[in-house]
Amino acid sequence: MFAYYFQLGLRSLRRNPILTALMVMAIGFGVAASMTTYSVFRATSNNPIPQKSSQLFAVQIDNWGPEDNDKGEPASSLNYTDSIALMKAHKAKRQTALYPVGLAAVPADANLLPFRTNGYAVYGDAFPMFDMPFLYGGGWSSAEDDGHAAVVVIARSINDKLFNGANSVGREINLDGHNYRVTGVLDSWDPKPLFFDPVNTSGFDDPVDLFIPFTRAIELKMSTNGNNNCNKNPGDGWDAWLHSECIWAQFWVEAPSKADVDTYRQFLQGYAAEQQRAGRFHWAPNVRTRDVMDWLDHQNVVPAESKISLLVAMGFLLICLVNTVGLLLAKFMRRAPEIGVRRALGASRREIYGQFLIEAGTVGLAGGLLGLLLTGLGVFGVSLVFDPKIARLATLDASLVALTMLVAVLATVLAAFYPTWRAAQVQPAWQLKSN
Amino acid sequence: MMQIKPILAALKRHKAGTILIALQIALTLAIVCNALFIIQQRVDRLSRPTGMIETDLMAIQNRWVGIDDEATAPLVKADIQILRSLPGVEDAVSTNSFPLRGGGWSMGVRLNPTAKKPITQTTLYFVDDHALPTMGAKLIAGRNFRADEVVTIDPKVFESSPVVIITKALADKVFPDGSALGKQIYITEGAPSSTVIGIVERLQVPWNGNFANKFEGNSTLLPIQLSGNFSAYLIRSKPGQLASVLKAAPAALFKANRMRVIPSERGVRTYADVREQAYKSDRGMAILMGIICVVLLAITAAGIVGLTSFWVGQRRKQIGVRRALGATKHDILSYFLTENLLIGIGGVVVGAMLAVGMNLWLMQQFEMARLSPVYVIAGVIVLLLLGQGAVLAPAMRAARVSPVEATRSV
Repeated sequence: MFAYYFQLGLRSLRRNPILTALMVMAIGFGVAASMTTYSVFRATSNNPIPQKSSQLFAVQIDNWGPEDNDKGEPASSLNYTDSIALMKAHKAKRQTALYPVGLAAVPADANLLPFRTNGYAVYGDAFPMFDMPFLYGGGWSSAEDDGHAAVVVIARSINDKLFNGANSVGREINLDGHNYRVTGVLDSWDPKPLFFDPVNTSGFDDPVDLFIPFTRAIELKMSTNGNNNCNKNPGDGWDAWLHSECIWAQFWVEAPSKADVDTYRQFLQGYAAEQQRAGRFHWAPNVRTRDVMDWLDHQNVVPAESKISLLVAMGFLLICLVNTVGLLLAKFMRRAPEIGVRRALGASRREIYGQFLIEAGTVGLAGGLLGLLLTGLGVFGVSLVFDPKIARLATLDASLVALTMLVAVLATVLAAFYPTWRAAQVQPAWQLKSN
Repeated sequence: MMQIKPILAALKRHKAGTILIALQIALTLAIVCNALFIIQQRVDRLSRPTGMIETDLMAIQNRWVGIDDEATAPLVKADIQILRSLPGVEDAVSTNSFPLRGGGWSMGVRLNPTAKKPITQTTLYFVDDHALPTMGAKLIAGRNFRADEVVTIDPKVFESSPVVIITKALADKVFPDGSALGKQIYITEGAPSSTVIGIVERLQVPWNGNFANKFEGNSTLLPIQLSGNFSAYLIRSKPGQLASVLKAAPAALFKANRMRVIPSERGVRTYADVREQAYKSDRGMAILMGIICVVLLAITAAGIVGLTSFWVGQRRKQIGVRRALGATKHDILSYFLTENLLIGIGGVVVGAMLAVGMNLWLMQQFEMARLSPVYVIAGVIVLLLLGQGAVLAPAMRAARVSPVEATRSV
């Protein structure tokens, strides 16, 4: 019966070509608009480290107090004093302070120009913590952290550029005039959004090129390549700044279980209370631990453009559906005489339901095909609205194709419920009589 | 118009269709009003002037490699000399930032050095006496910096400058009586004061995000060259020679010293590129909303045409009867137009409320401004006209129904 109704549906598409075209277009446009914007939304609200996102926590400590913090919310970064104190306390399974450093790599070949790299100063724990995959070698040890060692972990792209892709572990590279020994080469690793530092990036900046020890970066007086915020004048020079309340570092801990998180939060409370007792904080402990998805949400990684356009597109789809309800109603009711005959010949209301819902599904299918085409165009055109770094994340993959068709058919069938109900209510006697 | 009562009675028998059209008009109005409003806001924003003469202007971002932050001052000085002496270059300046660049330095301005809260925010442009001619910013009071006032300072120890030039927007904010020239202001809490020696008509801040809306015209120029790893160069070419300078300038810099990085992306840009990149998402959003408005209106119109055509088809017999009983073509036409107008009015009343509600919600979620009633009124008029236009064709078809129709199949 399904195949027969489906055939009937196809045939009826051709019966009122204008009405059909209107419906198919309405569904096509509606679905395409929402799918295009959804593709961007999906990319920006992606979980970059699904296997571990609930075990990694960003730490916030309010070192500015109620006068300077954002409505009671601690700032998104830590200062040096707190970062180092938390590293020394070593209360989590793994932990790292980190901040972005903008170093220039100087190729050994004098004919090549130096180039900018996008680096992070981290502790050795960061590599296992963030599940970074190694192509060659590995991270560095805590002894090297303590020793301020001149070591570096480079991304595959940098290894390709400087060493033609050969195993470079143990070799040296020159960054801003200082030599660093390569301890490992990362395999392709580019989490989107860049969860461990949405504060200094939009979350969608270029991939990270290299990592150097935090302790080494501080020894070389490398200031952050990201934001530095001060609530008061830090005074003159590097040391004054380093030990001021200026905030510029991110702090991450790994806490595998709920109990671990609670323990760590208690430790943070205790730490802040201790700072209060020592007279550094003049306010009650105000600390936060947020897991990856919570943190990305808190940092508004999904751009407002993405949310607004998704909302507008959803509204757009809703209007298209209201439109479809009206047009389907017109289309179905026009066939009241036909329904009357079928009912008189013994078709039950159920069968009328079946036939018309399947017919609506056919319209939805046609709309979905048009929608797919338009979504393709839309995804191609999102770079118009969004930063190219975000736009290139929006792709028309198999799941989006399936979703487009599903939404189109489902939405149309949903829209068809009322018109179908009306069609099934047709009184056979009345129809037969008036014709 | 005396037809209204029978029309309402007839509509009661078509509740579903009536509600669907009204609902569609309401939703369309809500979205179109807000979309138009977003477009207008974005267009307003991207048509803000920077206060500079943007033609024949370009920017280079430069970073030194393997040089101590404190040792960069002479290198920057040499770079600027090279740039200024290039053929085709009118003037050049080294600065920490420039309008629409994105990143910059902002401070609070105070009149009382120990006041807890500053009066307003300002951005700081660390430049020299060539900034005004290079930027093309218009000095409306006081004087430019003198070459002997320019000093080099490490950004880590910077506190203030004895003399500053500020924008009129900042001057008016801090000295509402218009007496800023010659007065003292404090740009760092607890640091020495700065004398306002000049006022420029306008100079935008480096940021164009929402957070900077409140102080987008508040800029302060200081006769200071910051030492450090990073510098930006603004270069004004002689009229029409920008294209050649665009190539010659980075080449000359590399020739003088190759231990530098000028990023391949956004390292060398004409100011037109800077502006385009800064406002890319604003322009895109405006275009997207524009497309959505047009398609939405088209779909609503199509829906009205579709449903009305169906009604006309359904009522051919009744129309025939009315015609046979003496109704003119004009009566039939105005019947359908009035019917549509009634539905449209119902729709726009609900739609106007939806539009305002949606705007309130957007205000809460995305710091949007309050929707001006002009947009709602414009939207209402557009949708009512659209409805009348869409119903015209089916209504005219209805008017052509011949009275003979009444006699058929009865």
